[in-house]
Amino acid sequence: MTTTLTPPQQPAPEKTPGVKSSRSRRPRSARAGGQFHAGPLTYVILALFTLGSLFPLFWTAVAASRDNTRLAQSPPPFWFGANLFDKAEVAWKDGNLGEAFINTTFVAGTSALTICFLSTMAGFAFAKLRFKGSNALLLVVIGTMMVPPQLSVIPLYMMVAKLDWSDQLQAVLLPSLVNAFGVFFMRQYLIQALPDELIEAGRVDGASTWRILWHIVFPIARPAMAVLAMLKFVETWNDFLWPFLVLTQHGSPTVQVALAGLGRGYTPDQALIMAGALLGTLPLLLVFVIFGKQIVGGIMQGAVKG
Amino acid sequence: MPSRHSIAAPPVKGGAAPAGSRPVGSAPEDERQRAKLSRRWQRDLRWSPYAFVAPFFLLFIAFGLFPLLYTGWASLHSVELTAPTDMEWAGLKNFTRIFDDEFFWNAARNTLFIGIVSTVPQLAMAMGIAHLLNYKLRGSTFWRVSMLAPYATSVAAATLVFVLLFGRDYGMINWALDFLGINPVDWQAGWASKIAVSTIVIWRWTGYNALIYLAAMQAIPHDLYESAALDGASRWRQFFHVTLPSLRPTILFTVVVSTIGATQIFGEALLFDASKGASGGSEHDFQTLGLYLYEQGWVNQHLGRASAIAWTMFAILIVIGLVNSVISRRLRTSS
Repeated sequence: MTTTLTPPQQPAPEKTPGVKSSRSRRPRSARAGGQFHAGPLTYVILALFTLGSLFPLFWTAVAASRDNTRLAQSPPPFWFGANLFDKAEVAWKDGNLGEAFINTTFVAGTSALTICFLSTMAGFAFAKLRFKGSNALLLVVIGTMMVPPQLSVIPLYMMVAKLDWSDQLQAVLLPSLVNAFGVFFMRQYLIQALPDELIEAGRVDGASTWRILWHIVFPIARPAMAVLAMLKFVETWNDFLWPFLVLTQHGSPTVQVALAGLGRGYTPDQALIMAGALLGTLPLLLVFVIFGKQIVGGIMQGAVKG
Repeated sequence: MPSRHSIAAPPVKGGAAPAGSRPVGSAPEDERQRAKLSRRWQRDLRWSPYAFVAPFFLLFIAFGLFPLLYTGWASLHSVELTAPTDMEWAGLKNFTRIFDDEFFWNAARNTLFIGIVSTVPQLAMAMGIAHLLNYKLRGSTFWRVSMLAPYATSVAAATLVFVLLFGRDYGMINWALDFLGINPVDWQAGWASKIAVSTIVIWRWTGYNALIYLAAMQAIPHDLYESAALDGASRWRQFFHVTLPSLRPTILFTVVVSTIGATQIFGEALLFDASKGASGGSEHDFQTLGLYLYEQGWVNQHLGRASAIAWTMFAILIVIGLVNSVISRRLRTSS
């Protein structure tokens, strides 16, 4: 494969011009982007888009702090009322959110860690090891990214029925471990972050490929693994259709199943539903506030698939 | 987070230590040892790559490929939800049945409409936002992260909020329309409902796509802009003559991904329905193919028919993929 012959620190030559070379690691000042200073108008427009992007979240909290009577009046409330904690408490109980949080953290965490590990392994093989059929296999990986998992739910549902796994977390966990994006993401990262000399040095010292994986690849891949883990965690946390089909709100729900239960159940109290939506979103918002920069960087790095 | 060293430190169990290149004594004992190690070394070089990619492919075959193909098999059977393992051969009956169903065509039309109305403005806005984010900005991380906040919000949470915002009588959006002197709209019916569902999709994905465009914009070589500026091109012209052409592959990529995403819209349409059914509004106003699949499979309990719908959606995706590859080949040869 051509990429294995490419000297390190240089982006792999690609047929599509422009796209993949965005992964070059030049310092920002030398980048093509950001060549002009932003004028005030830029800030105004950006502020408007930011408002549009944050307002629904803000209003979720506003609605959660009110009650049904207030929400059935015009104009709608624009600022917080006094009921936030009461509503949150009831939503927590009615929605079975406590259990949902534990379940979702378990599923999303396990899934994220497993995928990180498997993707780095496979990504390393595709980036730096030579083996017959690697090009064809890589094409398969890329091809599977294009097939949405929703199309496979019926046979999976039959499997779950046969194994008697409904309302059990492994029914949600196992299918979530299929992740072609991760393999591709780690491959792209390792092509440029892992110098061939390091692997050769390891070989000269008599290290097996497995040892090279543990002692050279994993330490170098760590930043990308962390980003992949966060992206996968968010994705699994928010997964809807499949958990909705195999889990029930009062069995062992994930957060999304619990929210759907609140929304589709006969909860007449809209503020309660909003409180549930708020609670279900808060952990991820917190992750975004803390690791926002890394997540943005990860999406920008992994996004450019070409 | 545990330090990687604590995991990586212990020596690998059974790790082959293949022959090094260091000179070794020439005693026959050593020779044999070396031959053995070198065999192990060869085996390691040859098979390790396969072992490293195997877990992905095993998982993919078990939970991706096999279910996908089995959907096609199940679509030729009648299968009831209550007894999902009892399959009875039905030939193409499921397909003729859904193609005769006006609600299938309604769902297909809705999916197409919602797909276009959610994708086109979304990508156009994303492009604009990316262009703005590409300026030298104060607090660039803040802007980027807040654009991405909707991406952190799940389909369920987002849809539940938008149901209230789009409420007919007391919703914020109708209040704002009224404020501007426009008659309130019933967002649960007709065209308005499709637009409302599209709005949820747009809200969740615009920032994400903006970051993708931004990444591609930052990869455009600076000289292109410099020579354009030397030729006296305004910033506006630079955007159209340098930025957009360079982004063509990325645009194509986001169009494909968004199109695939649009064919799969389900949660938004399910939870937006105030009547809490699975028909996407009382008149199937915003029932998408994904929701139609759910209704046939899990409400009407015909898993075979639902499989036929899934298989049809798969065929649609293959057509989209083919069109995409034709277009991208043409783009490549023209540039």
